[in-house]
Amino acid sequence: MDGGSGRAFGLYLHVPFCRGKCPYCDFYSLRGTESASKKWNRRADTLYFGGGTPSLLGGKRITRIVNAARRGFGLENAEITLEANPEENLSGFFREIREAGVNRLSLGLQSADDGELRLLGRRHTAEQAARAVRDAQEAGIGNISLDLMLAVQGQTEQSLLRSIDFCARTGVSHVSAYLLKIEPRTAYWKNRAGLHLPDEDAAAALYLLACRELEARGYRQYEISNFAKPGCESRHNLKYWRCEEYLGLGPSAHSFLGGKRFHYERSTAGFLRGDAPVQDGKGGGFDEFAMLRLRLAGGLTDEACRARFGRPIPERIKKAARLYEPGGLTACAENGFHFTPKGFLLSNPLTAEILFAK
Amino acid sequence: MAIPRKNIRNFCIIAHIDHGKSTLADRILELTDSVPLREMENQILDDMDLERERGITIKAHAVTLLYHAKDGQDYIFNLIDTPGHVDFNYEVSRSLAACEGAVLVVDASQGIEAQTLANTYLAVDAGLEIVPVINKIDLPSAQPEKVRHEIEDVIGIPADEAPCVSAKLGTNVGQVMEQIVKNVPPPKGDESAPLKALIFDSYYDAYKGAVAHVRVFDGTVKPGDVIRMMSAGGEFTVVECGYMRATQFEPADRLKAGDVGVISASIKDVREARVGDTVTLAANPAKEPLPGYRPAQPMVFCGVYPADGAKYPDLRDALEKLQLNDAALSFEPETSAALGFGFRCGFLGLLHMEVVQERLEREYGLDLITTAPSVVYHLRLTDGTTMKVDNPTNYPDPSKIAEADEPVADAHIYTPKDYIGSIMDLCQERRGTFLDMDYLDTDRVDIHYELPLNEIVYDFFDALKSRTRGYASFDYELSGYKKSSLVKLDILLNGEMVDALSFIIHTDKAYPRARKMVEKLKEKIPRQLFEVPIQACVGGRIIARETVKALRKDVLAKCYGGDISRKKKLLEKQKEGKKRMRQLGTVEVPQEAFMSVLKLDE
Repeated sequence: MDGGSGRAFGLYLHVPFCRGKCPYCDFYSLRGTESASKKWNRRADTLYFGGGTPSLLGGKRITRIVNAARRGFGLENAEITLEANPEENLSGFFREIREAGVNRLSLGLQSADDGELRLLGRRHTAEQAARAVRDAQEAGIGNISLDLMLAVQGQTEQSLLRSIDFCARTGVSHVSAYLLKIEPRTAYWKNRAGLHLPDEDAAAALYLLACRELEARGYRQYEISNFAKPGCESRHNLKYWRCEEYLGLGPSAHSFLGGKRFHYERSTAGFLRGDAPVQDGKGGGFDEFAMLRLRLAGGLTDEACRARFGRPIPERIKKAARLYEPGGLTACAENGFHFTPKGFLLSNPLTAEILFAK
Repeated sequence: MAIPRKNIRNFCIIAHIDHGKSTLADRILELTDSVPLREMENQILDDMDLERERGITIKAHAVTLLYHAKDGQDYIFNLIDTPGHVDFNYEVSRSLAACEGAVLVVDASQGIEAQTLANTYLAVDAGLEIVPVINKIDLPSAQPEKVRHEIEDVIGIPADEAPCVSAKLGTNVGQVMEQIVKNVPPPKGDESAPLKALIFDSYYDAYKGAVAHVRVFDGTVKPGDVIRMMSAGGEFTVVECGYMRATQFEPADRLKAGDVGVISASIKDVREARVGDTVTLAANPAKEPLPGYRPAQPMVFCGVYPADGAKYPDLRDALEKLQLNDAALSFEPETSAALGFGFRCGFLGLLHMEVVQERLEREYGLDLITTAPSVVYHLRLTDGTTMKVDNPTNYPDPSKIAEADEPVADAHIYTPKDYIGSIMDLCQERRGTFLDMDYLDTDRVDIHYELPLNEIVYDFFDALKSRTRGYASFDYELSGYKKSSLVKLDILLNGEMVDALSFIIHTDKAYPRARKMVEKLKEKIPRQLFEVPIQACVGGRIIARETVKALRKDVLAKCYGGDISRKKKLLEKQKEGKKRMRQLGTVEVPQEAFMSVLKLDE
C-alpha cells in the first residue's frame, strides 16, 4: 500500500451467500460458498462484511480477507463489522474473527418471540440468539448490534416490548429496528394476500413504541431505524447517511467514490468474471445529501451544509420544515432542523415536501 | 367562368351528425370532376383534423363546382357547407342567407333529428327551397318510405321526388344533382346597383390576412376597389378576389351579383370581417346593409389556465391566433390564487368551448386546466345598480343583491316515446318548465321545455345521452332571462377557500352539488402529511364536510449496504411529481385529481 489519498473511506464487502433464503429478504444472496475480493488504492477506516450471511465464509477466509484488506487499505483503528445469523454454535468462529480484527458484530435477531421468528422463516430461536450474543461477548467482541423487525406477522405491542427488553438484557450496544416492507422478488410478495400484517396505523404505533422504549433503555435513535448507546453508532453506516465515500466490493455492492455512484450487478459469476461495475452517475448533490442527512436524528444543519457546499441551508427549505413543526413531524432550530420519530415515519413524502417546496 | 347567372345554384346541405352530409358532399365533388381522385381524401370539406375526427363541421366552408347537367348545359354549383351545431346558430343563419336552396339529408334508418329540424326551419324561414334526400338506403335497417312520410308530416314539404341515395356507395347521387338544377332557383340581383355582399365566413391566412367568404347580392367588386364593412366600419383595398375551387383558389377579375367567392384585402384579423357583415364600396355605398347582422355574443364562460405557469405567454399567443380565425371567441386575463395566471374565455356554447380547448391543446401543444363553465347572470343590487356576472370570483356579497336573473333556453328534445318518462324526470331535476309535447309520428316525440342555461351547461348532454342510450337528440336556443334564486358555493380545503372551485348555483341545487363536490374531493385528494378538512360553504355557512385522514407511514426503513438508488429514484420521481401538483391553499393536489373535480365527471 502506497498510503492512498484523501479522507479514509468505508470498505464494504458483499458476501452473497446464505444457508436459505428468508421470505422477506430482497438482498442479493445465493445458496453456496464462494469468495471474492478486489484491490483499490485508498485508505479505509471501516470494513463491513454484509450479505447475505458473511459468517458462512468461515473464520479462515474472513481472516484472509481482513488481512488482505489491511494490506490494501490500511484499516488503522478501523471499525470492522461482520453480519451473522445466530443459527448455530459460533463461539469458535467468534474467537477466530476477533483474532483477525473484527470488532463489531451485527446479529440478525429480528425478534425474541419464537412464534414471530417461525413466521419470519428464520432458522434460529431467541435462546440461540441469546447464546450467540454471550459467545461473542466472551470472545471479546464488545460492540454488538441486534436487528429487530417491526410490524411483522403476529407482533403486538407486548411482544415487541419483550423483544426490546431481550436486547437490553443482553447488554448489546446497538439495535437496528426496521419496519417490514414487502419487497418485490421475495416469497412474501408472492404470498402477500395471505399475510396477516398489522395495518398502517398499527405499524406506525409499533414503530413509535420501539423508538420510545429503546430510548428509555439508553439506546439513542440516531437514524430512522438505528439506535445506539452513546458512542456506539455504526461508523460505517454513518458514512452512507452522511453522504461520505465508500467502496463496495462483491455482487450487488454499491459504491460512492470520487463524486460518482456505481454498483456491481447482482451476479456472482459476473463479478468473478471481473465485469465492470454499472455507473449510476454523479452523486453527492444537494438533494441527495439533504435526503440522506434527514434520515439522521441530527438532521440537516447549516454547519454541515456549509462544510459541504459553502453555504447554509436555503431559507425556503427551513421555512418549509417549520410548517411541519406544529404537527410534530419536525423539530426546528435557528441553524437547522431534524425529523421527529413521527416525521421519520413519513420521511418519504416529508423529505420531498421540504426539499422541493416552492 | 362565363356562365350566366340563371345557371348558378347556391345551396347548402343540412343534416344531423352522422347522417352523411360530408360523404354526400364528397360524392358531389366527384360528380362535378372537381377533385382529381388522387387528391381525394375522404370528407374534403371538413379540413380541420378536429372536424374530421368528430364528424362535424365547425367552420363554414364554401366551394365552387362546375356541373354538366343532363340538359346539356353547364352549371355553377356553389356548395356552402354549414356548421351543424346549435352553438353556431348565427353562423348557420348567415350561411343560409347566402343560399337559394338547401339539400336536406335524412338518414333512412333514423329519421329526422332535433338539429336537422331546427336548421331546416331556419332554412324555410330564410325562404330557401328544400331538396330532401333520403340517405343510407344501403343499411339493412333503412326505411325510406317511412322517412319520406316523416319529412312530409314533420317538415310539411313534399318529398315524393326525394331521391333515395347511398352517399357511401354513390347510389343515385346523380339524381340529387339534377334536383338541385331543377328545384333550386338561380340567384337574383342587380349588377349595376351599389355593392352588397354578405360575409358568411372568414378565415385567417398568414399571407393574405383575413379572407372573407362572400355572397354577392348586388353590384360587382374587383381588385383595386376600396370596400367598406358596413357594420364594423373598416375600409380596405381589395387585393384579390375569386373562387374557392375544390382544391385551390381560382382568381377572378371580378365577383358579381349572384356569385359566391372570396375577397382578400389585407384585413388584419377576422374580427374586422365578421360573419354577417355587409361589404359595400366606399365610393358608391349601399344605402343600408343586408339584414341579420348580430355581433357575436358569448353565452358560456370559463377560466383557462396553463398547467405549467411558465406557459402563460404561449397560451396568450395561442388564443390570439385562434381569435384571428374565430371572431366569436373572447378572452381577457384573470388570475386565480389556485391556478395562477390565465384567461377568462367566452364561448358561444359548450361545443364551441370544447373545440377551442381541444385546438389549444392539439394545435398549440398546451396542457390546460379549465374551470367549471359558467353562464352570465344579471344581478340587481340593493343600491339600484345592475351588474352582469360570469365569474364566481366577482359575485357580490349576498346582502347587496336585491334580485338575480339567470339565462333560460328554449329546448327541444326529440326522442323515441319510450324515453319520455326519463327525459321528463331529467328536465324536472334540472329545474325545467314543461311547455308542450308533439308526436312527430307514432313513435317519436318532440318534448319542449324551458331550461335554465346553467343546468344545460352542467353535463346535461351526458345525462340525456345516458338516460336515452343515445337515442334522443337535443337543441336549444337562448330565450331570455328569468328571475332566480342564486347562491355562490365555495370550497374550503384545510380552512382556506380555493377560488378555482367556487361556482354560482341555484339555491335548491347547492346542497346536493356541495355533497358531490366534497365527496369527489375526498376521493381524489391523496392523503397528506396532515389531516385535511374539506368544507363546502354558502355565505359563510358550512353545508357539507369531509375529511382526508393524514398519512401515517411512508418510509424506506432500510438504507444499508450503501444502496441509496431506490431512495434517490423516489426522490427524483417526487421532484417531478411536485411539478404536476396544484397548490390549493395549503394542500397539494395532483393535477389530474383537480381536473376531475372541476369536471365532476362520474
